[in-house]
Amino acid sequence: MKSISCKVLVVGAGPGGYVAAIRAGQLGLDTVIVEADRVGGTCLIRGCIPSKALIHAATRYEELCAHANKEKLGISLGSKPELKFTKTIAWKDSVVDKLNGGVEALLEKAGVHIIEGWANFSDAKTCTVETADGALSIKAEHVILANGSSATELPNIPYGKNVISSTEALQLDEVPESLAIIGAGYIGLELGIAYRKLAAKVTFVEGIDRILPLYDKEITRPIEMWLKKHDTQVIFQARAQSVTEVNGKPVLIYTDKNGEEQQLPADKVLVTVGRRPNTLGWGLEKMCIDMNGPFIKVDDQNRTAMKNVWAIGDLVGEPMLAHKASAQGEMVAEIIAGHRRAFDPVAIPAVCFTEPEIVGVGLTPGEAQAQGYETLVGKFPFAAIGKALTMEAGSDGGFVRVTARKDNQVILGIHAVGAHAAELSGEFALALEMGARLDDLAHTIHVHPTLSEATMEASMSALGKAIHIGI
Amino acid sequence: MIEKMMGNYIITMPDIGEGIAEVEIVEWNIEVGATIEEDDLLCTVMTDKAAVEIPSPVDGKVTWIGAAVGDFLAVGSDFIRLQVAGEGNADGDSKIESSEAEITTPIKTKVDKVAISADDRAEESEPATAKQAKSISNSANTTSKARPPASMFGAPRPEGEKAIASPAVRQRARNAGVNLNYVRGSGPSNRITHEDLDDFIKGNTAAIPGGPLINTSVKEIKVMGLRRRIAAIMQDTMQRIPHFTYVEEVDVTELESLRAKLNLRRRDDQPKLTMLPFFIKGLVKSLKAYPQMGSHFDDENEVVYQYGGAHIGIATQTPNGLVVPVVKHAEALDIWQCAEEVKRLSEAARNGKSAREELTGSSITISSLGPMGGIATTPVINSPEVAIIGVNKIAKRPVWIDAAFVPRDIMNLSSSFDHRIIDGWEATQFIHHLKDFLESPASLFIEE
Repeated sequence: MKSISCKVLVVGAGPGGYVAAIRAGQLGLDTVIVEADRVGGTCLIRGCIPSKALIHAATRYEELCAHANKEKLGISLGSKPELKFTKTIAWKDSVVDKLNGGVEALLEKAGVHIIEGWANFSDAKTCTVETADGALSIKAEHVILANGSSATELPNIPYGKNVISSTEALQLDEVPESLAIIGAGYIGLELGIAYRKLAAKVTFVEGIDRILPLYDKEITRPIEMWLKKHDTQVIFQARAQSVTEVNGKPVLIYTDKNGEEQQLPADKVLVTVGRRPNTLGWGLEKMCIDMNGPFIKVDDQNRTAMKNVWAIGDLVGEPMLAHKASAQGEMVAEIIAGHRRAFDPVAIPAVCFTEPEIVGVGLTPGEAQAQGYETLVGKFPFAAIGKALTMEAGSDGGFVRVTARKDNQVILGIHAVGAHAAELSGEFALALEMGARLDDLAHTIHVHPTLSEATMEASMSALGKAIHIGI
Repeated sequence: MIEKMMGNYIITMPDIGEGIAEVEIVEWNIEVGATIEEDDLLCTVMTDKAAVEIPSPVDGKVTWIGAAVGDFLAVGSDFIRLQVAGEGNADGDSKIESSEAEITTPIKTKVDKVAISADDRAEESEPATAKQAKSISNSANTTSKARPPASMFGAPRPEGEKAIASPAVRQRARNAGVNLNYVRGSGPSNRITHEDLDDFIKGNTAAIPGGPLINTSVKEIKVMGLRRRIAAIMQDTMQRIPHFTYVEEVDVTELESLRAKLNLRRRDDQPKLTMLPFFIKGLVKSLKAYPQMGSHFDDENEVVYQYGGAHIGIATQTPNGLVVPVVKHAEALDIWQCAEEVKRLSEAARNGKSAREELTGSSITISSLGPMGGIATTPVINSPEVAIIGVNKIAKRPVWIDAAFVPRDIMNLSSSFDHRIIDGWEATQFIHHLKDFLESPASLFIEE
């Protein structure tokens, strides 16, 4: 067996691993990255990026449909737009390919050695990879584990032709006429709403009594309204039991909140009940690493219990978000290079690309109060923002909400819901990291007309002096 | 979008039964502007015993809320107004205005508040209290002048609070090996700037002193709901009833060994026995001999009602405060049933799920603090009862038996009595009777 050794071995080339490898390479460390699939990880290959492409195409299609045979904004189409879904998927794949190629190029430019295959550890610093050219043994001084996560499978509803995970939902040959989705979290909702826009009949089966439990009800209300308006039912407090096949089509059997068995026929059943860290099948148990529940236990520098073994991203816990993994990857590479770093963000922003979009940074008013803060909360609706109205984004019930400490007005959290709201996340996160007070946002001149004016106005509203709103 | 026809819908405080005419709002679950659905929780109200949740009868948008937390509302009065699709149940605003006048005059007792705030930045908010606060903080400033100037130290940070600093400042501090918790922040809200860090590194500013801080905060807590009720009852009880307390020690060694044995042999469907069921059984026996101890004294009409049944109140601490669920007719329950009932009642009380009738009708009360129970207490009578048995902790103590000290499980009973009805002599006899039963636990189970 061939064998190599290196300073830094990165396992998994997702947004955590490839960023760690690029940074390590830039810092002149002899770096190897191992990836069994294409570089880019869940995010780039079968998550964030392809789903956003699909959502974009679906939104475009829905918009065009709104003009078919009727006039809207003075624009009309003579016939219904034609959807060739395989071409939509091909376009989405082209976006993925482009980014995948880009990441490969960046890795190479940074001098990172990419090895294709599945790393299997025999001890904490040694792994074997079955590559196309035979087995390769890699010994490293530092190991960065970035193995990521996978969609959780329901034991009673295994994946198959008709029961799919988010990965397959991004690769369908045609738009299913009807789609049953188990789980109304952000992944299910993003995909479900996209398929609804592509004219599928979508029904959600959710275990608890609300959608998106990580956000408060005020924030999720506009999404509920959109679903209602688009004839998309969410069956709450329901337990998915099994999927049977009738005439080649799946029927989802669930028990409703009264414990009665119900049937939901659909063309496809999409299971989006969360994600699990990938901790099995690659020798983790041989590495003498402490666990924290299903996750790998790390400190604030992402060190594991084993010296010079680091773990980042979905492997180490919630939130399982690409940007958190990247931030940790970049940091770990610098620590290995001798820099002093620690993972101590004030907040990790999160976005749901639902309709309308949700963005959340920091604490909600409820969370802040639960932590013992007295709060000032200011809210400003997009319905009173000129730019929103000019983009037809003023009637979805959207708003920006700023939560601050009452005693010193330091901002604790900023949340928004509304069309295009995700793009506001940068300012929200910056405000929290910089320790901004309400005044800082209120006295920063925001461009008119833009959606970001709502952030300024919400801060003014928290101070009791919003301009563009009647009482 | 086509505007649908909208109407006003007025929600009145529903009759929650039990002949209750007035309720206190203890929590709102909605706010003006919220969109609610049928059966969404509107608010929680408190009757004189239990908390009741009020759901919405319809879908709609809240346009008016007619009472604040702590206000009392009559059953049947308007208290929420919704905008609903369709016609609603109210035409126009006329009805609201008349009812508003009625409702917004809740019974309130103003407590003089002392607002002491060292934070001069309290501007803008609440001008009235701010003025008050200023005058006080001015005097605070004069005293603090004796300390070194602020530029030397800066305001100390409360324990556990992270220093506010931008990511760049945090990184520079890390590189320099500086813990920002000790660095003075000159920015707003004590935010640490690059200059602050420079000064600190150069030694121009001293580290913020660690150690305990003066805490000048005053938190205003509205006394309401169960707490308000407890306060009123306690005050009334202590003013009306001349208490005397009698403390006696009980050797519970045998009782403890019996209890341990029974617990060891109990069936899975039987609850684990605590001491309480045994005390209840002992009280049932003692009340037979001294029925006056299980009475109510109606002091206005000067009548004592002596109850044949033993209705044992069990003082229970809940997250909201003290409640007393009642084991009814304990004379007809065996030890396991007593245990079952105590368990059921105390769980319900802790979860705030007690029914009203479960919290009324006791004829004598036991107050037990379990292992924390101290060596003596002065329990307050659960008026209009005339006696309360306080149970103190059990401790191993040396007891002189025959010719040697022997370790025994000793527990004190601290009991209070209403001296208007019960004299010291009777109280002593009653407690001794109870003590006899508890010290020879077999007698608890023998028919007389």
